[in-house]
Amino acid sequence: MPSIIANGTVTADNWSRVDAAQLNRAPGELPAGDLLVPLALWEEKRTLLLARQHAGRLGLLLEGDDDPTAIAADLRNFALVAVDFPKAGDGRGYSTGRLLRERLGYRGELRATGDIGRDHLFALAQCGFDSFALAGNPADSELAAALHSLNDFSDAYQSTVAQPLPLYRRRIYAHTA
Amino acid sequence: MRHRQPDLAAVYIYDHIDQNLVDERVTQFRDQTRRFLAGKLTEDEFKPLRLRNGLYIQRYAPMLRVAIPYGMLSSAQLRMLAHIARRYDKGYGHFSTRQNLQFNWPKLEQVPEILAQLATVQMHAIQTSGNCVRNITTDHFAGVAPDEIVSPLVWSEIVRQWSTFHPEFNYLPRKFKIAVNGSVEDRAATLVHDIGIHALRADDGSVGFRILAGGGLGRTPIIGHVIREFLPWQHLLTYLEAVLRIYNRYGRRDNIYKARIKILVKELTPEVFRQQVEAEWAQVKDGPATLTEAEVARVESRFTRPAYATLPRDDAGHDLALASVPGFANWAKRNVRAHRVAGYAAVTLSLKKTGVPPGDATAEQMDAVADLADRYSFGELRVSHEQNLVFADVRRSDLLSLWQQLRKLGFATPNIGLLTNIISCPGGDFCSLANAKSIPVAEAIQRRFDDLDYLHDIGELDLNISGCMNACGHHHVGHIGILGVDKNGAEWYQIEIGGRQGEHAALGRVIGPSFAQTEVPDVIEKLIDVYLAHRDSEAERFVDTVARIGIEPFKERVYAQHHRQWHGHGGQLVAG
Repeated sequence: MPSIIANGTVTADNWSRVDAAQLNRAPGELPAGDLLVPLALWEEKRTLLLARQHAGRLGLLLEGDDDPTAIAADLRNFALVAVDFPKAGDGRGYSTGRLLRERLGYRGELRATGDIGRDHLFALAQCGFDSFALAGNPADSELAAALHSLNDFSDAYQSTVAQPLPLYRRRIYAHTA
Repeated sequence: MRHRQPDLAAVYIYDHIDQNLVDERVTQFRDQTRRFLAGKLTEDEFKPLRLRNGLYIQRYAPMLRVAIPYGMLSSAQLRMLAHIARRYDKGYGHFSTRQNLQFNWPKLEQVPEILAQLATVQMHAIQTSGNCVRNITTDHFAGVAPDEIVSPLVWSEIVRQWSTFHPEFNYLPRKFKIAVNGSVEDRAATLVHDIGIHALRADDGSVGFRILAGGGLGRTPIIGHVIREFLPWQHLLTYLEAVLRIYNRYGRRDNIYKARIKILVKELTPEVFRQQVEAEWAQVKDGPATLTEAEVARVESRFTRPAYATLPRDDAGHDLALASVPGFANWAKRNVRAHRVAGYAAVTLSLKKTGVPPGDATAEQMDAVADLADRYSFGELRVSHEQNLVFADVRRSDLLSLWQQLRKLGFATPNIGLLTNIISCPGGDFCSLANAKSIPVAEAIQRRFDDLDYLHDIGELDLNISGCMNACGHHHVGHIGILGVDKNGAEWYQIEIGGRQGEHAALGRVIGPSFAQTEVPDVIEKLIDVYLAHRDSEAERFVDTVARIGIEPFKERVYAQHHRQWHGHGGQLVAG
């Protein structure tokens, strides 16, 4: 089982990602435990998925052009929302994270997945992500090293999910120069 | 309400938080470089990380672009740049059209150390490249220009801090450039930026901003559109956040050539884009990122203030020198500008001496300029987007003495605003993107127009050269713009006329098929001949004549005699 970073520690990933083929082949024989479901599949198999909630929690996977604001009303069904970064240079997911946290009020686990590495962790955390499935399934020792990057910077100028008050609303009291 | 005109401001001084962030960036990049050299980061993984620190891998060596926020430099900072040029480079640097400084020969493994040294003088290379918000640029006469309405410096610094490491906008579809102007005349080229900000005042005296979006040069030059006529100052950052979020979410990522915000604005139409921004802004307006009076005052208080003396407006010695010292009046006319404080003037140091690549300065020159800045201009200077240096606060009574010093350095060429004040990118001699060389073309033109009387007779003329369509030399807004193009592996030059920067910014029009490098000075001379023959008075500038008579008379003259030769080259018309 691959490891991830969640809540500032290295931990096992308990979520199983399901695809349409799995659901169609054996609707009654879904994997046990927590399921991560792509948005399109959720929209298609919503009733079926809600019916098995006793067997495990539901997670939503947002990819590519998926718009988080379009499923605002459904968010209460998910214990996890995972945002896929198809390429490290595709920064749409940072906006998705902030929208989920700041505008849609999502409080569950928010995971960054796809082409992300340790050098993206600090900014992702500021945008509201609290778990990270790093590209290439790094060994636990590497993940432990990567944890340091959550603290690459001691502060930030902007209003962020992690610290809604921008630096300029805090630093004014910090010095009198 | 921000009714008060802020004190004249100059260089922003870091507090301990600003300093920590820059130091932490050095540590972060040192570790990233170490991991890359140890094989733990691939070339593809390392590339966006190094670009974010201004480090390109160029034709012959890495190129490091150091940020000079809105062009403001202290003499201590300039001495550090000189030191780095000497110690880690080949003894010189190149001032760019984005008010930055580029080193062309640093070694990758030494870059973390260079950044550490820069941090000791509150400098860095943060976001000087990559698909993020780049260095904020502004008017090089900010704070001293008589036509200034609001000083753009404080607002530029506020935007700089907001854009530095902005976590949401680190990986935009493409690079993003913001320019701030606060005067009647637009000396910051705000119409050709991704976002242009015009500081202005409402009827009640309160400060606000006109916001433009979607301008840009490059291969699809577009003049920006006004998306908000007046934005009260408190909302500057929330509004920028709304613009950037719309761009980050909906800007094209499928084609690098269509990824700038100008394409999004164009494809949506400016009006629909504006509506989307307003809808997004409605959600974040009055949120925690709203600016406060206290914050603006705090940023203002971190700026140095020139300690101006009370001086008479005119200086008899200066007037006498103008009349009696050969060459001085010429220089004063071209390179000296009025100042809002009596007895002071702003002086432009020309980095456009014939035979020197435009914008280049040696370490020795930098040190000497730093000394002169200490002696004549409160230890501060600016870099202009025309690739010159500016001493903004010189006593009029010191002008003669300063001119004599600058002549020894080769920085007193009296050509500001004239044809030989060529704006040029580094071109194919250095840049791996370039199709063609820029610097030899600039030099050949400067040599052709070396006669000062002739040059002054031609009058104001902006000549810009870009070595490729990325348009780093801003050729689209040159009165004469030259673009290097590749034709079957050979270097050719396409010529545009009629472009202009400023509040009536316009894009030049291509006059026809391109030319070989050796032909370019002849073509420029023919264009000038047509202008001199047609201008209605000496007051009518080249660009005004082009606007009045159109480009046809110029085309006729250039291609009439060129025709035969042109067919000999295959007669292709190179698309722009």
